[in-house]
Amino acid sequence: MIDRRPFVQKILKNRKDNLRVVSGIGTSTWDIMSAGDNKGNFGFIGAMGQSIPFALGLAKSQPNLRILLFTGDGDTLMSLGSMATVANHPVNNLTIVVLDNESYVETGSQPTATAGKSNLELIAKGSGISNSYTVTNENDYEKIINTIYDEEGPSLIVVKCQAKATPLVFPHSFDGSVSINRFMSSIKS
Amino acid sequence: MTGINKDWRNDIYVVFKDLNITMVSHVPDAGHTPLINLCEKDNEIDVVTLTTEQDGVGLSCGAYAGGRKSALLMQSSGVGNCINALALPNICRIPFLTIVSMRGEWGEFIPWQVPMGLGTPKVLEAMDIKVFRADYKDEVGSTVDAAARFAFNTNRSAAVLLSQKMIGAKQFKNG
Repeated sequence: MIDRRPFVQKILKNRKDNLRVVSGIGTSTWDIMSAGDNKGNFGFIGAMGQSIPFALGLAKSQPNLRILLFTGDGDTLMSLGSMATVANHPVNNLTIVVLDNESYVETGSQPTATAGKSNLELIAKGSGISNSYTVTNENDYEKIINTIYDEEGPSLIVVKCQAKATPLVFPHSFDGSVSINRFMSSIKS
Repeated sequence: MTGINKDWRNDIYVVFKDLNITMVSHVPDAGHTPLINLCEKDNEIDVVTLTTEQDGVGLSCGAYAGGRKSALLMQSSGVGNCINALALPNICRIPFLTIVSMRGEWGEFIPWQVPMGLGTPKVLEAMDIKVFRADYKDEVGSTVDAAARFAFNTNRSAAVLLSQKMIGAKQFKNG
């Protein structure tokens, strides 16, 4: 099981100028913020289930950028149908990384469906996202970097993570309008 | 605001073109079908079929973050699916436009359509959405135009309810 925080930081270290990063509600947002403040980040702190459709809309609007979404198993499970939408309205510049710790850690570590019988890689494949795979080894971050920048998307990668609480690292602002305008300024420039 | 074929759906399409709305997502409804068909024939408009209406909220917001305007088409039954998702355009002050075909209000045949039909305007207002309503065919274009300008000029959410009286209540026959 992978330690998610340093794993995300390794993926985002030396990030390229054409990358924009979105994160789903909860720990994923603290994870990407821990890798350093960047105007090209937009982190959800609410609206559970909306990060995948948001990333799809962004990827469709900015085909020359590479769009990377980090999100959790809880956020993903809330909108499984969005995988079918991603598959059937495909964008080649979108990578979804699901940091799957098999639990709702922030609320008290209740198990999610992936702690039971559900498998997000298979759900993604069954939804039609053919470039989907699972990683369990810390060294596989380089494979993910290759997918993000060089493979034809959409891609969905399940990263099996330890279910442990990590320090909260807050974004530039909790005000959504400040966050989105700052993020959009990184696209206009 | 005059349509080529005098159909009010065409008037909505003309507003989309006027305001450069280039992404239209939907969970289909018979009332929207002629508009969806118009958009699908237009190479400048991306039509995205959703599995649940709430995903259209996130999709619209992501599209806007990337510089594109969009609209979500749905039936009134889909409004309830969107409630928590509507926090996203609200807190981010992202313009959000939805066009809702009403059921459960005028000559409805199916009792199951009534609860969400009755709840639709209340739910939208409870989430701070500015609600516009078109009851007659000749006011559809101007109403959608006003709602879209409200959304995109003031960075808020707007919904247009298309009345069942105007769309026409479908009567079902058994067998």
